[in-house]
Amino acid sequence: MSSKPAKIELNNFNLYYGEHQVLKGISAIIAANSVTAIIGPSGCGKSTLLRSINRMNDLIDGVRITGEILLDGKNIYEPDVDLIWLRARIGMVFQRPVAFPLSIFDNVAAAPRVRGIVNKDHLARIVKKSLQAVGLWSDVQHCLNQSALSLALGDQQKLCIARAIATQPDVLLFDEPCSALDPISTHVIEDLMRALSKRFTIIIVTHNMQQAARASHYTMFLLDGNIVEYGPTRELFTNPKDIRTENYVTGKIG
Amino acid sequence: MLDQEKWAETVLTVVGLSAVAILGLIILFIFKEGLPAFTQVGLWQFLTGTDWLPSKGKLGILPMIAGSFMVTAGALLIGLPLGLGCAIYLSEFATPRTAALLKPTIELLAGIPSVVFGFIGLTLIVPFIRVFFGGPGFSVLASSLVLGIMILPTMVSVSYDALRAVPLTYREGMLALGASEWQTVKMVVLPAARPGILAAAILAMGRAVGETMAVIMVAGNSAIVPGSVLDPVRTMTSNIALEMGYATGLHRQALFATGVVLFVIISVLNIVARAVVRRK
Repeated sequence: MSSKPAKIELNNFNLYYGEHQVLKGISAIIAANSVTAIIGPSGCGKSTLLRSINRMNDLIDGVRITGEILLDGKNIYEPDVDLIWLRARIGMVFQRPVAFPLSIFDNVAAAPRVRGIVNKDHLARIVKKSLQAVGLWSDVQHCLNQSALSLALGDQQKLCIARAIATQPDVLLFDEPCSALDPISTHVIEDLMRALSKRFTIIIVTHNMQQAARASHYTMFLLDGNIVEYGPTRELFTNPKDIRTENYVTGKIG
Repeated sequence: MLDQEKWAETVLTVVGLSAVAILGLIILFIFKEGLPAFTQVGLWQFLTGTDWLPSKGKLGILPMIAGSFMVTAGALLIGLPLGLGCAIYLSEFATPRTAALLKPTIELLAGIPSVVFGFIGLTLIVPFIRVFFGGPGFSVLASSLVLGIMILPTMVSVSYDALRAVPLTYREGMLALGASEWQTVKMVVLPAARPGILAAAILAMGRAVGETMAVIMVAGNSAIVPGSVLDPVRTMTSNIALEMGYATGLHRQALFATGVVLFVIISVLNIVARAVVRRK
């Protein structure tokens, strides 16, 4: 589909909550170093699909899957896959900023500490680099010991992105990262995602079509657990091939 | 209709205030009865005197203050780690079914009368200590063990609630970083629940300081500052309970004064607990 190499490949991926099938035969290739948006109405399975990629759905009882998701050619649902390894390679940013009630430093340092890094200088380097990557360093470098909860919501979300980066992942998953933010913070986060896509493969779930149009290179339109259309964002928005896509992106349904 | 409303309001106000009034009267009463002892013996002499010989007019409660302090510290040393560990297990690791079974069981401990705890201490713990560690068995150690178990329900249920109140999103956020469950608990859940856990510890401490019957039965009750954990000990509450039946005059006032000291200590604990919980 693109010149960029495949980072993630979904092959006939199905997911069930008990008897209810949420994802139906999803097959797609996610290009490396790009922003891919997943859009669709509420309940279409877009968040579930995103959470399948770092296996956060494993935490829910009664979830069953078939098919495979390949990360760099390796099926992440094979029994020998170490979840700690997987989640270190695939970072996640949530809908509401999940800043822990710890200091700013400890919030970011939580990521390397999970991997057993305890050396103070090493931690400080990682924290600095991660905060620089999200453009928060200059604002917080003098108050790293302050509680992260004292930051504005937009900055808390940046902090969460910094924390996700601090595990040095290849892939970053964003689950409606701006839905709790004001328009200005939203723009900042969108710019940040595009900038970060030079280093990371980014997948974002959003119910905001303008956001998908602005921030992503590729867009996948999901309806009732099926991919309706998937392609370069510009094409999908200006020249949709499926009438349902056209109806959705023009606001006639959804 | 309006009349009924007014009546209900008045009645409830009176009922509500009466609880406060009762507390006020209790405070007034113990201070009124106890204060003369402070003036006659001298506050400093009363608090730091090491001899408690009411028949000879020697009224120093330092042995009892030290006793309460040692027994409580011992109880916390046993009860806090055990209770917190139990709360962490129930909240983070146990399956919902296990938790639903274990938590009421632990809370049932709170319903066992303290005299039963004392009886078990007397028949099991005291002989055990006498045989395996030496001394009379009636000791700081025996009291601490009995109290350590008695504070478990408070410690477990209050810190369990604090742990459960930590938002699920924190746990999810940590797991998304690749953290194991124990790392999640250690790095985020425990720090987030710290005010609640501190409150649990302070409530448990209040319970340990105030407990009387179980302690009387296993402590040995000599009014001497204990030299080791195997020595007998008398706490402030035991002191009051043991002697109030026959005390008269200054002796009786000194027992009330012991109550005043106890009241002040417990009030301070409560105030600290509230301050800690509020400062979240």
